[in-house]
Amino acid sequence: MTTQTAPALRVQALEKSFKELRVLRGIDFDVERGSIFALLGSNGAGKTTVVRILATLLKPDAGTATVAGFDAATQPASVRESISLTGQFAAVDEILTGRENLVLMARLRHEQDAGRIADDLLARFGLTDAEQRRVATYSGGMRRRLDIAMSLIGNPPVIFLDEPTTGLDPQSRLEVWSSIKELAGQGTTVLLTTQYLDEAEQLADRIAILHEGRIIANGTLAELKALLPPATVEYVEKQPSLEDVFLAIVGGGQATSKEQQ
Amino acid sequence: MIRHFLGDTALLTGRSLRHITRSPDTIITTTIMPIAFMLLFVYVFGGSIDTGSDSYVNYLLPGILIITIASSISYTAFRLFMDMKSGIFERFQSMPIARSSVLWAHVLTSLVASLVSLAVVMLVALLMGFRSGAGALGCLAVAGILVLFTLALTWLAVIAGLSAKTVDGAGAFSYPLILLPFISSAFVLTATMPGPVRAFAENQPVTPIVNAIRDLFAQQSVGTDIWIALAWCLGLLVLAYGLAMVAYRRKIA
Repeated sequence: MTTQTAPALRVQALEKSFKELRVLRGIDFDVERGSIFALLGSNGAGKTTVVRILATLLKPDAGTATVAGFDAATQPASVRESISLTGQFAAVDEILTGRENLVLMARLRHEQDAGRIADDLLARFGLTDAEQRRVATYSGGMRRRLDIAMSLIGNPPVIFLDEPTTGLDPQSRLEVWSSIKELAGQGTTVLLTTQYLDEAEQLADRIAILHEGRIIANGTLAELKALLPPATVEYVEKQPSLEDVFLAIVGGGQATSKEQQ
Repeated sequence: MIRHFLGDTALLTGRSLRHITRSPDTIITTTIMPIAFMLLFVYVFGGSIDTGSDSYVNYLLPGILIITIASSISYTAFRLFMDMKSGIFERFQSMPIARSSVLWAHVLTSLVASLVSLAVVMLVALLMGFRSGAGALGCLAVAGILVLFTLALTWLAVIAGLSAKTVDGAGAFSYPLILLPFISSAFVLTATMPGPVRAFAENQPVTPIVNAIRDLFAQQSVGTDIWIALAWCLGLLVLAYGLAMVAYRRKIA
């Protein structure tokens, strides 16, 4: 972890309760600039609560959440300038077309050339063919890609992705994964919440495990693996997983982001 | 900041207005009930109702307009509820925009939708023989009362949209509002009602509002009714706005 530059995200001693329920019981973590950080936990572990606090939608009971050097509780406007949030369910306008959704976001972020930005993103996320269709007709994967594309407008340095692949089919999931990798490749800091172990494994530079309101482990995949006793070598016949079979048969696998219907 | 607020509100209003232009059935649905009541009361019950006025259409139209507004704002709650549920409300709230513009866009859209519905109902009333000699000033006063009443009910709808748990709940709050004109001077003279009902009818907001609009249409002196009507509208508006802000703060830090 670099010491010269402040981390993109810094969470310290964060606590939040909803009535009697103590959702966050004092959590700490830092996220380095330009990295993908996965917050891993089962349903109800408090992942979304962390994201909502960082995204200035919820005030913590105690502790601080700092985004790009700004305190989420006391400098929310500056935080909002620095972030994009894609919530747990693709938060897109179903009645507008894909292009209209993007143009609306670009205008709200006071971008000069909203139309061109929309066209670029449609092309980049393989949605050009569907740009004039209402989002209500999109598949789950297309909606998620549009959702992520909407988050990129204005080039926010930090992006929150709350369970980006929940409810997606395997192909769409791979497409979303490749979009996320591409983001981090361009220097965007990504905080990802997920309940899927393989998703954290595939995408994240660092993984924190949130359990019963506390971070019980935080490290790179290798570091987390080292927490367990050394692996014993066994020879097993490698069977294809059902996912391998499914993708081989339907011809997916590559995130070509070409979806016709 | 104020420039941002206006710009953001305009953009978001454009967005929700597009929801209406793309499903004009919402306008049609909100006008069906008031028009049905108008047909029913004028052509079925009207013959037996003695209001002392020459034309029953002229008598009942103000009440029908109130029902139109109550029916129209149930869609405001619906639209806001759907924004809450889909997460787009939170997405807007996490963006560097004037946060209140998200609610104001819904309020302005509600106003536009109500005015269109009112125009449709007025048109049907004209076909059914409604006539008014009211001048520009009178019409302006009627429009002013209707706009004020729409805004008051719209902020009520905002409370429902923000705090409802289900889509049915978001719309259900408008049912009592739609029924309120029936226990008022909208369809019959309050003098014919038994004591307690009459007391309620004469002291609830719809009666002075309906009386004021009726007198304005008939070019009669409006008396104190208009001031009571305005006081009710403004009082409701302030109260509903305050409660809507409380509901909003409960949702978003």
